[in-house]
Amino acid sequence: MSQTEAKKLVVIGNGMAPGRVLDNLFDTAPDAFEVTIFNAEPRVNYDRIMLSPVLSGEKAYEDIIIHDDGWYEKHGVTLLKGKKVMEIDRAGRKVVAEDGTEAEYDKLLIATGSSPFVIPVPGSDLSGVVTYRDLDDVDAMLDAARSGGKAVVIGGGLLGLEAAYGLKRQGMDVTVLHLMPTLMERQLDPSAGYLLEKALAERDIKIITRANTQEITGADGRVAGVKLDDGTELPADIVVMAVGIKPNAQLADDAGLETNRGILVDDHLRTSDPDILAVGECVEHRGQCYGLIAPLYDMAKVIAANLAGDDAPEYTGSVTATKLKVTGIDLYSAGDFAEGDDREEIVLRDAAGGVYKRLVLKDNKIIGAVLYGDTADGAWFFDMLKKETDVSDLRETLIFGQAYAGGSPLDPTAAVAALPDDAEVCGCNGVCKGSIVQAITEKGLTGLDEVRAHTKASSSCGTCTGLVEQLLALTLGDDFQPDAVQPMCGCTDLGHDDVRRLIVAQELKSIPAVVQELNWKTSCGCAKCRPALNYYLLATWPGEYVDDKQSRFINERVHANIQKDGTYSVVPRMWGGMTTPDELRAIADVADKFQIPSVKVTGGQRIDLLGVKKEDLPAVWADLNAAGMVSGHAYGKSLRTVKTCVGTDWCRFGTQDSTGLGIKLERFLWGSWTPHKVKLAVSGCPRNCAEATCKDIGVVCVDSGYEIHFAGAAGMHVKATEVLCTVATEAEVMEYVGALMQLYREQGRYLERIYKWADRVGLGVAREQVAENAERRKELNERFIYSQQFMQSDPWAERAEGKDAEEFTSFRLGHLGKVA
Amino acid sequence: MNDMSMNTSTKTQVWIEICRLEDIPPQGARVVRATLGCVALFRTASDKVFALEDRCPHKGGPLSQGIVHENGVTCPLHNWVIDMETGRAKAPDEGRVRTFPVEVRDGKVLIDRTLLA
Repeated sequence: MSQTEAKKLVVIGNGMAPGRVLDNLFDTAPDAFEVTIFNAEPRVNYDRIMLSPVLSGEKAYEDIIIHDDGWYEKHGVTLLKGKKVMEIDRAGRKVVAEDGTEAEYDKLLIATGSSPFVIPVPGSDLSGVVTYRDLDDVDAMLDAARSGGKAVVIGGGLLGLEAAYGLKRQGMDVTVLHLMPTLMERQLDPSAGYLLEKALAERDIKIITRANTQEITGADGRVAGVKLDDGTELPADIVVMAVGIKPNAQLADDAGLETNRGILVDDHLRTSDPDILAVGECVEHRGQCYGLIAPLYDMAKVIAANLAGDDAPEYTGSVTATKLKVTGIDLYSAGDFAEGDDREEIVLRDAAGGVYKRLVLKDNKIIGAVLYGDTADGAWFFDMLKKETDVSDLRETLIFGQAYAGGSPLDPTAAVAALPDDAEVCGCNGVCKGSIVQAITEKGLTGLDEVRAHTKASSSCGTCTGLVEQLLALTLGDDFQPDAVQPMCGCTDLGHDDVRRLIVAQELKSIPAVVQELNWKTSCGCAKCRPALNYYLLATWPGEYVDDKQSRFINERVHANIQKDGTYSVVPRMWGGMTTPDELRAIADVADKFQIPSVKVTGGQRIDLLGVKKEDLPAVWADLNAAGMVSGHAYGKSLRTVKTCVGTDWCRFGTQDSTGLGIKLERFLWGSWTPHKVKLAVSGCPRNCAEATCKDIGVVCVDSGYEIHFAGAAGMHVKATEVLCTVATEAEVMEYVGALMQLYREQGRYLERIYKWADRVGLGVAREQVAENAERRKELNERFIYSQQFMQSDPWAERAEGKDAEEFTSFRLGHLGKVA
Repeated sequence: MNDMSMNTSTKTQVWIEICRLEDIPPQGARVVRATLGCVALFRTASDKVFALEDRCPHKGGPLSQGIVHENGVTCPLHNWVIDMETGRAKAPDEGRVRTFPVEVRDGKVLIDRTLLA
């Protein structure tokens, strides 16, 4: 991977800024450097601005990883996790870590980031006082939240409020202390600050402004409360300090580099030693230190270009915009909005509608914007701000936003169409409209996820998702199907994925809880959403959620298939398609005894008894149970059959025991509920007599082992499977298939077959999480096994013994005529 | 639960007790087999009870086997939605199923016998 002529680039720190430098560098000059990264945190590069959704439970750590282990390997990067650099030896051109590890450099990139500021009051070192900076802080807060109790957040800025919201969502009683009279005073003017305070109060977060913390009180070395200088005392089980950050410049200072607040750099991000560069929050450039993402990415672009040999790009500073990541509160601010004699303001207030907009103009140019409640025009204002557009002609209607400008209709797509190509759409990743449109047309992208993968737009904080979707709609016309916004049904505007995410995040454990908390428009859901919710709840809370049979389609409620005349069909399980004379005799006896009109062999290698009267079902099942047969779940969104061929037992071509493996798989998987039906097959050789290559999951045995297939279809659509991977042993087949089932159960939308799910999320998802990532595979399989312990009881036996008896009995009124 | 007693309320109506409210699962149904055919007795989440002919106007599907939501029931065969108050199919489908007067008194579910004859 590394080449002898490649120069050595050493990076100190593994945050988002150096990650982006390397992304850009590998794009243009993949072989220019041999890269070594020292990372004080024991992790890969993750998206720090998404910590708040992790805290609130709306995302998991896995969701915010930017570079996984595979990325470092692919690019030949040596990542030294958990190694903190203690010294830069400029004379020896090497760095030395705490444990003595050394690395020589030709170019050194310092990306030590910043540290949270801890206010120096008594008690600030007590256990239970945390900051909000990295995943360890989030873990500490989540730990505290598990036992409930009270949280005090010191600092009413962006981070503090996001921390407060997260802790509230985790069930804590939260108070925010803010030194200034209004919240987020650096980004918001007092009016918007007031609206924000009100909105947070509605979310049951207490706000105390003008709160000057005097002391953090403790008991037994643990935090017990916070005392303010006016005498107020607040009890607390955890105190979060979110009062600001300071650049980590000590290491550079010790090495004799010039520092002030941060490490001083020029427009090429060079420190006072030209072979040492610095990027990110540790940097001070033209007197500015930045704590937001967009400037870091701007810097990264310049450094990567310079490192790749193009000296032209320079960094000249950034104008920043911020959005608060609190669900349901739309707030956007950009630029400078301090009052001044040379400045004018345009303000729009709609208190009833909860909308507040303020633009600050200077010399007919926008220099600041605050939007609350309706932030749709944020990007438009920000674009004019950055370009210093003269707005004289637009002034009359400027505040009403882009849709009003030039009299164009109030159509969001038209507004996006009007944006110039170099307008920035994704502020986090610095992606402009032109690059997105170009990627869509040149690479034939059709969906949001693909745009995210190719351009990174909308992949960080996600607030530009709507804009990106409009660009897709604009570029593709009618070919664009905005699946992300397709509501589940008429009862809600939320899509399936949002509902699932919120079920997890808000720990919703019943259909009434979902209907209530997610503001369903109907009182108790409909025939479309209730079966889906029932499945999502069942899959999310195995062992806890109690199945709601009234939310199941009749077939799953009575464990048989309704026929056109209102009778039912009954299909007992035949493990791996194998049966015995005794089973066949029992089936024949049942058919005779209950005068079942049709007996048919199914496509799934078993026998279907058609035309059973509903009231006979429990007795039919009792007889089948007595012969050792159980429900075949031929009626369910669940594991159906595992077809097999006779394999090495009989076949002269068989390479493995396909029948035995099929039986093992069916015994492992039966009873599990899934988003849609799941059919498997195991073929003993590539002649594929069990037709495994058009199944949801298929196994084709070969001499050297087992090819695992998935995402086939042979219904309304016919589609051959894709190969997941090849494994050597039966035990591996079981683990891989268990993990694949669980991944589908967790990600598939209700009534979405495996091939449709794979098509939507990309085949790579299953390959990465099941085939390539052993740890993830193990976790998935374990979750599947855990869930299965609650699923594998025969529903027929339960009903033969009297469960849901009212379902199978009716009232008769035949004799009534005599009674009158 | 199949025992039935008689109640008369007006001259024209003869109320007969079919079952107790708790015999019908919430958001569920029970079937009453009468001489003219089957009647589906539905109970909503808010404990309202409706009695409808157990035959979808579309292809005769047993409505009693459908999913009950608010005052509607979705037929298990082809997902027609029937308004249980009026018996009418929800647009764009067209059709109507017979409904019967039903009352709940002291936890007893009563229907008008004369209409079943």
